[in-house]
Amino acid sequence: MQIPYTVEQRQDTGLINSKLGIWLFLASEVMLFGALFSSYILLRVGAIEWPRGAEILSVPIAFTNTMVLITSSITMVMAWASLMMKNFGKFKLYLGLTILLGITFLCIKGFEYNTKFQHGLFPSTNTFMAIYFTLTGLHVLHVIGGLIVNIYLWGPGAKMWKTEPEHFTNRVEVSGLYWHFVDLVWIFLFPVLYLL
Amino acid sequence: MDATTVNLHKTHDHHEESFIRKYVFSVDHKVIGIQYGITALIFLFFGFTLMMIMRWQLAYPGEPIPFISSWFSETSMPGGIMLPEFYNSLGAMHGTIMVFLGVVPLAVGAFGNYLVPIQIGAPDMAFPKLNMASYWVYFIGGIVMLVGFFVPGGAANSGWTAYPPLSNIATTGQTVWLFGMVFLITSSLLGSVNIIVTIIQLRAEGLSFMRLPFFVWGQLVTSFLLLLAFPPLEAAGVLQLMDRLAGTSFFMPSGLVVSGQVLEVSGGGSPLLWQHLFWFLAHPEVYVLILPAMGIIAEIIANNTRKPLWGYKSIVYSAIFLGFMSFIVWAHHMYITGMGTTINSFFQTTTMIISIPSIIILTSLMISLWGGSIRFNTPMLFALAFLPMFGIGGLTGLPLGLSASDIPLHDTYYVIGHFHYIVAPGTIFALFAGIYYWYPKVTGRAMNEFLGKIHFWFSLIFINGIFFPMFIVGLAGVSRRLYDGGASYAHAQDILYLNELMSVSAWLLGLAQIPFIINFFMSMFNGKKTEANHWQATTLEWAATPSPPVPHANFIEIPKVYRGPYEYSVPGHSTDFTPQNQA
Repeated sequence: MQIPYTVEQRQDTGLINSKLGIWLFLASEVMLFGALFSSYILLRVGAIEWPRGAEILSVPIAFTNTMVLITSSITMVMAWASLMMKNFGKFKLYLGLTILLGITFLCIKGFEYNTKFQHGLFPSTNTFMAIYFTLTGLHVLHVIGGLIVNIYLWGPGAKMWKTEPEHFTNRVEVSGLYWHFVDLVWIFLFPVLYLL
Repeated sequence: MDATTVNLHKTHDHHEESFIRKYVFSVDHKVIGIQYGITALIFLFFGFTLMMIMRWQLAYPGEPIPFISSWFSETSMPGGIMLPEFYNSLGAMHGTIMVFLGVVPLAVGAFGNYLVPIQIGAPDMAFPKLNMASYWVYFIGGIVMLVGFFVPGGAANSGWTAYPPLSNIATTGQTVWLFGMVFLITSSLLGSVNIIVTIIQLRAEGLSFMRLPFFVWGQLVTSFLLLLAFPPLEAAGVLQLMDRLAGTSFFMPSGLVVSGQVLEVSGGGSPLLWQHLFWFLAHPEVYVLILPAMGIIAEIIANNTRKPLWGYKSIVYSAIFLGFMSFIVWAHHMYITGMGTTINSFFQTTTMIISIPSIIILTSLMISLWGGSIRFNTPMLFALAFLPMFGIGGLTGLPLGLSASDIPLHDTYYVIGHFHYIVAPGTIFALFAGIYYWYPKVTGRAMNEFLGKIHFWFSLIFINGIFFPMFIVGLAGVSRRLYDGGASYAHAQDILYLNELMSVSAWLLGLAQIPFIINFFMSMFNGKKTEANHWQATTLEWAATPSPPVPHANFIEIPKVYRGPYEYSVPGHSTDFTPQNQA
C-alpha cells in the first residue's frame, strides 16, 4: 500500500502531506509560545515592580546567540538549496554547519545559565527570572529537538538520497521549516526578555 | 493487494507480519482505531465507577460503603468511610478520565481514526507511524494518570480544573496529573495533525469538500480545535510544573497564608492566569466533545430516515462558525472571578452568539426527521434520544452564559446537570449510537437488536434520573464540591432526598450497561453475519468496501466519487439509496 502525495503534490491543494503537516504543527507551536508570551504580558502588567532585562541579563551574549541562530537558519536554507541543485557534498557541509551552530547556541546558553546560577539567580528568585528560565528553557528543548532531527538527516537518514532523492529533499525542507520557526521564537524572545 | 488475497483474508490474515506488528504496534488506521476504542471504553467504565463510589458518600454521608470497602486502604477509607481527601481525588480523576481518557479518545481517536479514511476513500491516514505514536503516547498518559492513585497522598485532588493556588500546594498526585496531561496533549496534537492532513490531502477523486459526509466535517473542525486550543493548556501545565517543582510563583500571589503560615514563595503571580489558560482550552474542548457526536448523529439520521439531511450546507457552515467562535467565549466560565462587568459583557455577548450555530445544527437534524419513513433500530433510537437530551443541555446553559443569572448558579449542581446533559446523554449516547451503527462494518457481524433496545431504554430512564434532579438541587444552592451532598446546608434540607434518587439511578445505570457489554462481546462471535452494506447507506465506508474493510489498503480499488453524501430516495431510482461512488 502506498500513501499518495508523499512526493508529488496533490493537484487541487498544491501541497505534499508532510509540508501541510509541519505547517499545522507550527500553528500549534505558535499557540504554545503565544500562550507563554501572553502570560508574560499578564504577569508583567500585574507586577508591582519589574526589572529591565538588560540590568540582569547579558545583552552581548544574547546578541551573539541571536547571530549564531540567524546564521544557522541561512546555512539550513543553503543545505536545502544544495539538494535542489543535486549537490550532495555541499548539502553535507551546510547541514553540518547548521548542526554545529545549533550546538554553539546551546553551549553559549549553558554558559549563560551557569553564570546566573552562580550569581544566585534561580527560577524561584522572582517572577522575571521564572519566566526567563521557563521561556528560554522551553526554547532550548525545541533547539535540541531540531538538532536531533538534523543530525539524523545528516547521518543515517542521508542514505535515502541514493534511493529517493526527492523524498529526502522534502524531508530536509520540512526540517528546515521547523528550524526557522525555532529561530523565529528566539528573535521574539531576545527583545522581550533582554531589551524591554 | 490483489483480489485473491482479499478473498483469503479471513483465513490467511498473516501476510508476513508478526503478531506484534499486526495487533500491538500496528500502523494500520483500523487496528489503531480499535485499540483507541477499547482503551477508551475501559477508561470510560473506570471513570464511571469512580463516580458510582462517590455517589454512595453523597447519598449516605458518613456511612461505611457496603461490599467493596475492603478494596480500599485505610488511608483512603478508614472503616469503609470515605475521607474527604479521597472524595476529592475521585472527583478530580472522574472528570479527567471521562474527558481526556474516555470521551475524546473514543470520539476522535477511535471513530475518527477508523472512519475518516474509509469515508473519504483513502488507503490509510496520511502519517501511519505518527498515528501509532499518538495511540501509544495516549496509552502512556493514561497509565501515568492511574499511577497517581498509588503515590503518597493519592491522586490529584484539586478538581479536573486544577485551579491554583490549591493545586500548587496539593500532594504529589497533582505533579503526576500534570505529567499525564503533557502526554495526553502531545497525543492529541499528533492525532489532530494526522486527521487534518488526511482529510485535506487524501480525499478520493471527485470528493469535494461539499460532498464530504458531515461526520468528516465534524472531525475536521474538532481536529483544528484540538490543534490550536490544547497548546495553551500545555503552556499552563509547564508553568504549574515550574511552580510545583522549581519553586516559581506564576500562580502564587504574594502573602499567601496556608495553615496559618505565610508561604515562602517569591509571590507576584496570578491565580487568574491559570483560569484563563485552562478555559482557553477547556471551552473549545466542549465542542471537541460535541462535534464528533453531531457528526455520528447526522450519519445515522440521514441513513435511517432514508432521506437527505435537511440543510447540509447550513450544518457545515454552522460547524465551522462554531469552531471559530469557541475560541472567544472562554471567560464565561469566570464571571465571578472579578474580571469586571465590561469583560463579562463581552463574553456573554459572544456566548449568546455561539448558541446560534448549535441551534441551527440541532434544528436541521430535527427537521431532517420530517416526512421520513424512520427505521427504529438501536442506533437510531440513541440518535433520536440525543436530540432532546442535547436540547436540554443546551437550553439550561443559557442562564449560565449570562453573567447576572450565572452568579447564583455558579459552581452549583445546576452546572453539573447542564454539562452532563451535553456530555452524557448527549455525546456518550451518540457514541453508543455510533458503536451500534458501525459495529457491522468493523466486525462483519451485527449486534443484537433486542439487547440493544434493553440497553437503550434503561439507560435513557436512569440517566435522566441522575441528571434531572441536579437542576433542582442546584437551584436550591447546593455547591458541586460538597463532600456531604449538601447535608450541612440548612436551606438544602428539603431536597436532600434527591441525592438518594440520583445515586440509585447511577448504580442502576451501571447495571443497564451489562446488556451492552454482553452484546458487545457475544456479537463478535455469535452475531448475525452481515452484507458489506448492512444499513444500505450511501457513504463510501459502506458502499465501496467489504465488512470488515480490506486490511491495509481499505479498498480493492480506490473509489471515485460522483455525488453528495446523502442521496437517499432519489426519485426515479430503483433503490432508495444511491451510493457516492455510483456513476
